[in-house]
Amino acid sequence: MHLQRSHIYGVMGEFGEPEELIHAVEKIRAAGYRRVNAYSPFPVEGLSEALGLKRNMVPFICMLGGLAGGVGGFFFQYWAAAITYPQNIGGRPLNSWPAFIPVTFELTILGASLAAVFGMLALNKLPQPHHPVFNVHRFSHASSDRFFVCIEAKDPKFRLEECARILQEVHAHHITEVSDD
Amino acid sequence: MSAGQPPFDSPEIRRLTPVIGPGYTYGSVTDKISAIVLTRPTSLGWYIGFLIAFSLMGMMTVAIGWLIIKGTGIWGINIPIGWGFAIVNFVWWIGIGHAGTLISAILFLLNQKWRTSINRFAEAMTLFAVACAGMFPLIHTGRPWMAFYMMPYPSTMGIWPQFRSPLIWDVFAVSTYGTVSLMFWFVGLIPDLATLRDRAVKKPMKIIYGMLSMGWRGSARHWHRYQSAYLLLAGLATPLVLSVHSVISFDFSIAIVPGWHTTIFPPYFVAGAIYSGFAMVLTIAIPLRKAYGLEDFITMRHLDNMAKVMLATGLIVAYGYFMEFFMASYSGNKFDVFLVQQRLHGPYAPFYYALLLCNILIPQLLWSFKMRHNVAVLFFMSIVVNIGMWLERFVIVVISLTRDYVPSAWGRYSPTFWDWATFIGTMGMFVTLIFLFVRVLPAISIAEMRELVAETSEEEK
Repeated sequence: MHLQRSHIYGVMGEFGEPEELIHAVEKIRAAGYRRVNAYSPFPVEGLSEALGLKRNMVPFICMLGGLAGGVGGFFFQYWAAAITYPQNIGGRPLNSWPAFIPVTFELTILGASLAAVFGMLALNKLPQPHHPVFNVHRFSHASSDRFFVCIEAKDPKFRLEECARILQEVHAHHITEVSDD
Repeated sequence: MSAGQPPFDSPEIRRLTPVIGPGYTYGSVTDKISAIVLTRPTSLGWYIGFLIAFSLMGMMTVAIGWLIIKGTGIWGINIPIGWGFAIVNFVWWIGIGHAGTLISAILFLLNQKWRTSINRFAEAMTLFAVACAGMFPLIHTGRPWMAFYMMPYPSTMGIWPQFRSPLIWDVFAVSTYGTVSLMFWFVGLIPDLATLRDRAVKKPMKIIYGMLSMGWRGSARHWHRYQSAYLLLAGLATPLVLSVHSVISFDFSIAIVPGWHTTIFPPYFVAGAIYSGFAMVLTIAIPLRKAYGLEDFITMRHLDNMAKVMLATGLIVAYGYFMEFFMASYSGNKFDVFLVQQRLHGPYAPFYYALLLCNILIPQLLWSFKMRHNVAVLFFMSIVVNIGMWLERFVIVVISLTRDYVPSAWGRYSPTFWDWATFIGTMGMFVTLIFLFVRVLPAISIAEMRELVAETSEEEK
């Protein structure tokens, strides 16, 4: 049986402890599923590895932001103080670079921080008001005391019964179909 | 420490004073913290406290309104003392903010578990303190509506800010600090806002928390990037917090004024900032845990650790005072020597002795284990240190400016009613914001407490 993708987002199982979640994710991935995601009320150690998540782009974006802030900040000050609005104060050098360092430093931090936060939000595609997983009634526990795993319908191996069976094998409770609307 | 005490950081001490009370689960920490915001009825005490704080904030509004109508002449400042209360209070407030960032960033990098239950409200305290601080230089300009002149913008006059001036460095340091602190705080709040969204019963609450949480669903892929971003922010905030008070000390130390022009200022200012900040965290934490029954989350271990940080930074500050004396006499610079004499015997000497009493003498009680475990003593101590650190800034600003190089440039300074009204008013604003914060947002990070529960249960296994 192949369900139409427009009707179903995936199958979800619930767990009470983070260790059970990790165990389940490992089992499901070992069975060959790749479009798998887990949901937890706090970052669970070892979950990223179990899901096979690679290094993310946030640090790189952060570095770009820091470079932009620092380099841009320094040359902006240089341009303002030495080129467009030079002030001759007792013949002192216009490019007084040591005096530009504090602002350069602050702008480096500012650029890097803004990039890290907005980069993280953008990569996570947040804000996102609705997502199919919110259709599951018990999913409100994902923000307090329950751990969820979802095998998504986009997975090429996805068969509803198969997925439900594997979730049963890893002792998930409340196995539910996640509708996609 | 008395003779029978177990050693400093033994497992026994940890068992006696854990970072979280026994028997908590993911669900029960969530319930307990979110209940403060969602289900607990607002107590009479909250209304009374809020009313007092809000009245004081009203007084601040009046004081600033009058200032805008009349100008800075209503304050006690005049040449040669152009700085007065505005700068004293600015430095004091911004210093208080530093403990929040220290707790949230530096202790995070050092993997200190005890930071978890205090970081959220310490960060909130940082934001509110920066808000109070930022107002002072703004209104001190006399024409706050022209404050945008300090920002680099393409003006029709073709002028640009003087980037060689510490006062412009200040603008960048403080605004960056405010922005990064806000982001750090908000990023930490996102998972908790999602918790509140899912647990709120009333529709408007669901909508507001829902919008603020931006659709956070605790996805492992999201947590993966979230943790990277949080760690990076902590790493960035650490040098930032050290730079901010250094830059503020440049406002003084770049100037060639006796008592200000010293290289010890940046580290000594940073230590002082952390000192006063931890004092303020204690001032808030002690009533907060009492009022909302959070003794299991903000345990004696937290209070004890904060007292130790206070003691350590207090000693650095004491070293700073000592070095000021030493450098003055060792350099033989007659203006510096004279300034030190003025501190000890001049018209403002009582302030200096009060400062030594508050910042150096009384905090030595914190060496005692008993004192560090006495909540009333700690609360008293935190107030004393706050006063002491305010006096320090008063002494730095006022004594140096009233005793410049030439006797003809000497003067006296005394604050007016409006100085006090503005200062006490900002305290009202600070407390008002704290009151609102504990009422509408979780004062303790719920997600991090769950993590702590997971870690402690793992340790027990």
